[in-house]
Amino acid sequence: MPSLLKLDFSALRSKLFSKEIKAREVVEAYIHRAEETRHLNAYVTETFDSALAQADTSDERLQKGEALPLEGLPLAIKDIFCTKGVRTTNASKILYNFVPPYESTVTSNLKNAGAICLGKTNLDEFAMGSSTMTSCHGASINPWKRKGDAADLIPGGSSGGSSASVAAGSSLAALGTDTGGSIRQPAALCGLVGMKPTYGLCSRYGIIAFASSLDQAGPLTRTVRDAALVLEHMAGHDPKDSTSMNRPIPNYESFLKGDVKGLKIGIPKEYDREGLNPEIKALWEKSAQWFREMGAEIVDISLPHTDYALPVYYIIAPAEASSNLARYDGVRYGLRMDGKSIDEMYQNTRTEGFGEEVTRRILIGTYVLSSGCYEDYYLRAQKVRRKVLEDFTNAFQKVDFILTPTTASEAFKVGKNLTDPLAMYLQDIFTVSTNLAGLPAISVPAGLSGSGLPLGMQLIGPSFSEASLLNAAYALETAAQFKSPLFEELKCHHPIG
Amino acid sequence: MSSSYWLKTASGFWEVVVGLEVHAQVSSHSKLFSGASTAFAGSPNATVTLVDAAFPGMLPVLNEHCVEQAVKTGLGINAQINLFSMFDRKNYFYPDLPTGYQISQFYHPVVGEGHLDVDLKDGSSLRVNIERLHLEQDAGKSVHDLHPTKTCIDLNRCGIALMEIVTKPDMRTPEHAMNFVKKLRLLLRYLGTNDGNMDEGSLRADVNISIRKPGERLGNRAEIKNVNSIRFIGQAIEVEAHRQALLLEAGGEVVQETRLYDAAKGETRSLRSKEDAPDYRYFPDPDLLPVVLTEDYVNKIRNSLPELPDAKKQRFMDTYGLPAYDATVLVDDLDVSAYFEEATALTKNKSGRLISNYLTGDLFALLNKNGKTILESPVSPAHLAELVDLIEEEVISGRIAKDVFVDMWDHSKSPKAIVDSKGLRQITNSKELEEMAEHVLANNAQMVEDYKSGKEQLFGFFVGQVMKLTGGKANPALINEILRKKLK
Repeated sequence: MPSLLKLDFSALRSKLFSKEIKAREVVEAYIHRAEETRHLNAYVTETFDSALAQADTSDERLQKGEALPLEGLPLAIKDIFCTKGVRTTNASKILYNFVPPYESTVTSNLKNAGAICLGKTNLDEFAMGSSTMTSCHGASINPWKRKGDAADLIPGGSSGGSSASVAAGSSLAALGTDTGGSIRQPAALCGLVGMKPTYGLCSRYGIIAFASSLDQAGPLTRTVRDAALVLEHMAGHDPKDSTSMNRPIPNYESFLKGDVKGLKIGIPKEYDREGLNPEIKALWEKSAQWFREMGAEIVDISLPHTDYALPVYYIIAPAEASSNLARYDGVRYGLRMDGKSIDEMYQNTRTEGFGEEVTRRILIGTYVLSSGCYEDYYLRAQKVRRKVLEDFTNAFQKVDFILTPTTASEAFKVGKNLTDPLAMYLQDIFTVSTNLAGLPAISVPAGLSGSGLPLGMQLIGPSFSEASLLNAAYALETAAQFKSPLFEELKCHHPIG
Repeated sequence: MSSSYWLKTASGFWEVVVGLEVHAQVSSHSKLFSGASTAFAGSPNATVTLVDAAFPGMLPVLNEHCVEQAVKTGLGINAQINLFSMFDRKNYFYPDLPTGYQISQFYHPVVGEGHLDVDLKDGSSLRVNIERLHLEQDAGKSVHDLHPTKTCIDLNRCGIALMEIVTKPDMRTPEHAMNFVKKLRLLLRYLGTNDGNMDEGSLRADVNISIRKPGERLGNRAEIKNVNSIRFIGQAIEVEAHRQALLLEAGGEVVQETRLYDAAKGETRSLRSKEDAPDYRYFPDPDLLPVVLTEDYVNKIRNSLPELPDAKKQRFMDTYGLPAYDATVLVDDLDVSAYFEEATALTKNKSGRLISNYLTGDLFALLNKNGKTILESPVSPAHLAELVDLIEEEVISGRIAKDVFVDMWDHSKSPKAIVDSKGLRQITNSKELEEMAEHVLANNAQMVEDYKSGKEQLFGFFVGQVMKLTGGKANPALINEILRKKLK
């Protein structure tokens, strides 16, 4: 008997629509799975009761033939999205007790489309990290293990609770945010599809800001098709976010034909770095070969400013963060640690409330904006940022999409790199450029490493090319034939039929 | 005290140099980046949205009306309108600043250089150059006296749009600065971009003051923060310039710092020195897109500008022959000039000059005496126009009109009704007057003799006697004419 947990959403949806199964059964199965995998620390807040109630409402609509497009989708939400009446901590002690009286636009869009929220997932504190180890709730654990090694691995970050949850089957899709790779890297390390849309496609309203000019919400799913379905119902213009774009959102699923014949796929030479894991390099070449076999043309390109992207990112992101995080002052909400004066109260609250990595980035950001440094760091970084964008603009004159690895290595052990910020920052090396340029990019699981861990390939497209980018990703997915053994092993608690 | 104002101390003369940063609240129903109302709220924190209170994930959305108001004001001060402008964050911690930064326009303001011509008492005029005008948010209010150990925060004002108008250091006297603010306030009222209400803080100024010996380069300046009356601006300049002069003479040095003017004590006090000033770490606000205007948009606003004070003054002088001073008095108050225009339009001969005389003379006197504004005047523009018509049509004399006017004030009645009910119509029937004149001359035969033998000053006596008989209702010119004929 197949377990319903094994189905991706497009398969599950047809069974829901044909009334073969009920939304309640789906949600119960996922809740059971979430309880079974609590040791992964994927969820920081569970909303199972309201999920069951929503499932019943979904069933009523299904019964009446009024089903919504994402009806019954068991969804996990990164704890950076404000959810009305549900605690939203951003994995920070400074917001340990914060219950927003409002809902983010993206989660609101998804709920209105019928998705059911199972709970809030773990992340690096304020989304600052690539491992989910800096969370005030403790690290999340990757459900994947190295062959013959029981050691816990990181699920990537910052959307690590989301990736761990989808990989473990305790949610079918999860929301992440991606400031420098925080959707794509955890997706890659957990064998999932993760997409960062074009900056401005999804509203940032109600998403706790890390770096406003880089933050963008996106889905983590098992398949490209599910990513297309979820993205379509997240995206859209929002007058409450001045940086959200007013343009029609197509039916992305309808573009998934898998036809890439005649497409030009660029291979940037700068991403072939010294020290690139040979397995990853081999998979990259293999992926290019697949595209070639499908009739696409592989073109060598150059993105000359690639080496500057990481340092530029680590100036701009902390600069914006240092200002965005000034509001956590103990005055109106969240943690407050008393002091003899207002300054002392600020100091006590922020010292106690922020973890080490967040503090480090606030300090870096404050420094690069300070008078005397602004021109040398922030302003220069903005100039180089434009160069990075120009690289892509030039490249997209020649090619339709760019193919790169998503990460430079596979998932590492929990605890590693925690005391070495630079090693941690290098996790973002292949992903930050697209955030700086505001471009859409998607990570697709393409193979396994020698130690049996998943590896992801990244496709980057021009602004607002989501529909065709998803199609290219779908082609890659089809060629790679990646099968997560985790999904194969999912137990049959809730057999279908 | 006009263009030459020198501060004299033991070591000689000092030139005073003044620049202003005027903060004017933008007239707008909602705040600069949120939909919260800007109306005065009865209770604290009543007009606050989640954006104003800086809840996590909240984003600012620009109120386009405020941009339009800034452009309008920019055009009013003859300034360059920047088609590209941006909003920046000014970062500092303060309990009534919830985001931890004020959104302002540091690098690319919406309005660039302009100027305003200021009238001075001696009849000359001073051009004050304006460096820039930018939009920014107001902060909230910290209330320290409601609780012995706690500070209370009221965010009603937080996020309200302000225009900061920065002048060049072009003013040299307290009069210059005071008249500049007066002129600017008037202009803003005309434009409808600020209500000019200094008592309620919707217009306030930071005053930069330095002194130097004639011909020397600019000295270090002190910035007097948040001066909220025109009188205090003048006082603060005098007091601060004097302090600086004494300090320099005693071998001291003026340090660049922020000071406060204490009107009760008549002194300025240091608030914080330059070293203590926070590093504001300005950078472009990534939550907001640049503001890009088109020439078309600016021209549309330009074409919809109301008539401004200088143009109105000129028109009053040209159309009604008003003296410059009278025209200034009318133009200086939008309500007064509106009253003037309404009343003048209602007169049969568009008699602006007479309306102006009654308005700035008799009516102002009574308004002042009774502490009323023009809007509370019991004499309506229509009634004043009617009175002027009665005078011009010689129904009553100017002399009688003065009495009628007092009646109009007391009873808010139409002057025609007063004239009719009291029988004050001027006697224009020359036959009646001739009889009266004959009567007077017959009763004063000796004086008639004296007059005829050369005592011509007696003529006035005869006029007075006839006027007395008519109860003052005669047309004096007509009496003159009749008497001259009879005394020939």
